[in-house]
Amino acid sequence: MPDSLPSDSVGLVSPQTIPFDEPIALACGQTLERFDLVVETYGTLNPDASNAILICHALSGHHHAAGYRTMEERKPGWWDSCIGPGKPIDTSRFFVVSLNNLGGCHGSTGPSSINPATGKPYGPEFPVITVADWVKSQARLADHLGIEQWAAVVGGSLGGMQALQWSLDYPERLRHALIIASTPRLSAQNIAFNEVARQAITSDREFHDGRYQDFETLPRRGLMLARMVGHITYLSDASMGEKFGRELREEAYKFGFDAEFQVESYLRYQGERFSESFDANTYLLMTRALDYFDPAYAAGGDLAKALAPAQCEFLVLSFSTDWRFTPARSEEMVNAMIQARKKVSYAEIDAPWGHDAFLIPTPRYTDIFTAYLDRVAREVGA
Amino acid sequence: MRPDLEIIQQWVQPGDHVLDLGCGNGTLLDFLQRERGATGFGLEINPDHITTCMGRGVSVIEQNLDTQGLVNFDDGMFDVVLMTQALQAVRRPDKVIEEMLRVGREGIVTFPNFAHWRLRWGLTLSGRMPESEALPYKWYNTPNIRLCTFKDFEALCRQKGIRIKSRRVVDGQHQNSWLARLWPNLLGEIAIYRITRENAK
Repeated sequence: MPDSLPSDSVGLVSPQTIPFDEPIALACGQTLERFDLVVETYGTLNPDASNAILICHALSGHHHAAGYRTMEERKPGWWDSCIGPGKPIDTSRFFVVSLNNLGGCHGSTGPSSINPATGKPYGPEFPVITVADWVKSQARLADHLGIEQWAAVVGGSLGGMQALQWSLDYPERLRHALIIASTPRLSAQNIAFNEVARQAITSDREFHDGRYQDFETLPRRGLMLARMVGHITYLSDASMGEKFGRELREEAYKFGFDAEFQVESYLRYQGERFSESFDANTYLLMTRALDYFDPAYAAGGDLAKALAPAQCEFLVLSFSTDWRFTPARSEEMVNAMIQARKKVSYAEIDAPWGHDAFLIPTPRYTDIFTAYLDRVAREVGA
Repeated sequence: MRPDLEIIQQWVQPGDHVLDLGCGNGTLLDFLQRERGATGFGLEINPDHITTCMGRGVSVIEQNLDTQGLVNFDDGMFDVVLMTQALQAVRRPDKVIEEMLRVGREGIVTFPNFAHWRLRWGLTLSGRMPESEALPYKWYNTPNIRLCTFKDFEALCRQKGIRIKSRRVVDGQHQNSWLARLWPNLLGEIAIYRITRENAK
């Protein structure tokens, strides 16, 4: 973007790659001998390392959550609306850590990385990663950074699932879990949408059973379709109506099947852009991690029972028009927390933007987010 | 501290698990947490109040008693269920009271007395709906849609097999007064009831 950076921006940021040379055992039974995580951090860790916040990203997210990588960058990081000096996740008080998850395609070890055993990209051989695996790798990251306990672990959507998993797997290592626009498990409908996305990718002729890198090609068409269907589930009927309505690109119908409606060309554009920048195997893996997430499963489906080990306080937020993970899904989680006698606060925020609302700073969302984290900051002396 | 809150906190035991229905900005729960080591939740629907609660470390759930009830709470999971100055604002106070004593061992309820002499006097003299410090609204915009008198409330408790363990009566400034103790339904403005199931210990 800009000639000068906004004063509430974290400014120019640069990622660092952190190598982990200890093997990590994964839920699927496989072990990765070593892995890299790419990380951005904002703000300063205080002397007693009590002011750290971990940001967990969603399906297509990555480590670049705030600020600008170059002065030429058009848009800031994906959660810049909420991270920065004076913003809800206030970088003048907190040390904020944002990573690209294991299995990702933005620099952390994933399917497009070189498999040291073969000297070739992992491709489809990369193990299927679960939310619990991510949390395990994030705990290694915390060790590396000298963070014994997070002031808060924060995430929206799939990121919220990681925050929840943290509270179960490392109960003493976080004070607060902020779970936004998330769910304790996917519904059949959610899984069905993921399956359509995966089918779109795997049925692309350029997919080559996940070995497209060997063929020096990309399953662009499949990824584009996957993104298009995904994107629809992130928006609401009302917000799509508001943005596009039935607007045509030209004045009259052309009685053909090209993109005539604005919404069609928007989706195609989004899909195409995504297909150039995202790895298909990572997309498969991320959607599978979503499908498998179900912390209640091991407790016979009883989420309250599964929550027993949690020690942190929870903030759960949902958005009124989110039909991907509806407020009812958040309430399911909240009710289990109440039953398990955990400390939990909950609000349903009125916002027209569907699931994407967690990325958009509506006044009530910002107020709650700010008030809650202000209290967390006071609690940890930040 | 407000005398009604002073009375309520005496009825909450250290470490009690408390549910506060219509917890407002969380003043009472905050106090109970800090002074009595209580734990628990507030339910609230006002967005600003909810934000304030979150900012002060009071666990608050956005939940509408009228539409959602308390179905998400298990039987007997709270020691005390509080409802201060909100009974008159719910659609079915009778059901709310029953639910309070389902999820809690004990209930503490406060509400304004519609039989206070000033309200009676105002209605008699002016022929207009009464207003007071405890009930400062117009008839058309009042959130208080289920006004009752102390006698009405006590009749409802009898009918439902609810035992009144204690009753304290205060005036509009929440002050104790001997006159209100003498003749509560006429001279008391706000009552604080401590209730439980008849068969409870």
